[in-house]
Amino acid sequence: MTKSVTLSVKDGKIREAVNSFLKELFNKKTIDAMLVPLAHPAGTNVVQALVTKAVFVDKADVFAPVMPVNSARLIQSITRLTTVDRKTAVVLRPCEMRALIELAKLKQVQLDKLVLIGIDCPGAYAVNNYPKFAAEKKSDDFVKAGFQWAEDTMLRTGCQICEYPYPLTADITIGMLGLDPSKQILIQANSAQGEEILSKAGMSLEIDSDLAQKRQTAITKFAGEIKERRKEFFEKTKQEIGGIEKLSKVFAQCIKCQNCRQACPVCYCRECFFISPTFELDADRYLRQAEKKGALRMPSDTLLFHLTRMNHMGNSCVGCGACEEACPNDIPLLKIFQLAGSEVQELFSYVPGRSLEESLPATAFKDKEFEQIGEK
Amino acid sequence: MAETKEQFEPKIIGFLCNWCTGAASDLAGTTRAQYPPNVHPIRVMCSGTVDPVYMIKALLSGADSVMMGGCHPGDCHYVSGNYKARRRVAMLKQIFKSLGLDDNRVWARWISASEGPEFAKFMNQITEETRKQGPSSMANDWAI
Repeated sequence: MTKSVTLSVKDGKIREAVNSFLKELFNKKTIDAMLVPLAHPAGTNVVQALVTKAVFVDKADVFAPVMPVNSARLIQSITRLTTVDRKTAVVLRPCEMRALIELAKLKQVQLDKLVLIGIDCPGAYAVNNYPKFAAEKKSDDFVKAGFQWAEDTMLRTGCQICEYPYPLTADITIGMLGLDPSKQILIQANSAQGEEILSKAGMSLEIDSDLAQKRQTAITKFAGEIKERRKEFFEKTKQEIGGIEKLSKVFAQCIKCQNCRQACPVCYCRECFFISPTFELDADRYLRQAEKKGALRMPSDTLLFHLTRMNHMGNSCVGCGACEEACPNDIPLLKIFQLAGSEVQELFSYVPGRSLEESLPATAFKDKEFEQIGEK
Repeated sequence: MAETKEQFEPKIIGFLCNWCTGAASDLAGTTRAQYPPNVHPIRVMCSGTVDPVYMIKALLSGADSVMMGGCHPGDCHYVSGNYKARRRVAMLKQIFKSLGLDDNRVWARWISASEGPEFAKFMNQITEETRKQGPSSMANDWAI
């Protein structure tokens, strides 16, 4: 059963319709603050901002095809040690939402003071490509062009193979999949809190509306198609990077700046193992390591760093592609991490960010599983 | 000169838990069981303490195989460490498989403190299997 409201869009002005809905949440005092992407005055970026005055919501541009950072990490900052009783709504893309749920499982964010607003995501371009788009087009044009994950090759790789472009755990969903957003947008309540806020904002909820069912049908259809597309993509990736020689070639350009780790929303450690004293070696240790092979690549342990990150975070990888965006040398990190990540997630039938109830695979176990491991 | 397969002596790193596999290695020694010396043991308090980073590090810095030795499932001295280790090994093997790396070089065995002969038998097995596989290409790449 779905509970939803239909938001009619006047003259095809999608951005305005969404903004007036968001502003209404402020005006009716259902929330105290909002983390929402605002158009930067420069016109070349759309950045997340923590808004406390409703007037700023006019600048919001939630469907603009750019995601400079994965906001899950920002929410880690804005919910830290919170004691004040203020509700903050956060407007997130589905991959940001999933990363947020992973961080909640890792006890890095507090969800109780948040209202999660998710959007159906048409994808994003790299930050570097966005100014080109923004010079000619508006986010409304982008949304009206429809969901073109498979066709629009300027989209980030992660978006082109995104498995979940719709939110899995939002309180409120701003839905467009399968609809004509230049006419109508669906506002759906997915939790008791979502319902409460929408009714407080003066909206009467409709049960199982036609529009909601239309969207659900579109999601089901998409889910079937994307599986095939991802399978193909991973087969191709295996050809490209499989084996130590090819992998070594891919990471030949790595300078071990660790930007990928810094940008990763789920790589949460305060102090990474790789910058800990374990890796502050004595001169003697370096020389001994070099002696083993006759030469030692410096900075050392490049491949070890990436393989370890896959082991530590692979289960939680939401495929947002922030790692690839952050890489100064254009190493195709997203496809490598999604390949390993999705196959390891499959091993545990785990979908990162699907539900708070599902425990992280590394923290749980069953008595009878993987019995081929460790047996004769 | 590259070593031929006949001359090749595999180098294997073993993470042995203090309570079971490590104790089994002791027993194998005191009962004078014969087995090849290729496995270099690192004693750990529990197989659950072994982060995969150490297993990968071994494989990338010269080891031809790496093994994890723990208590039988259900018998962990710390209740559940070996169950968690089992998941980690499963993950590590899967990631290697996905990336086209040789996951057959990652081993795990549950050998209890009383199974000295089992330990010796396994030392033979892992050494022979690794010898058959030949030198590991990851182990000898300086540029990774």
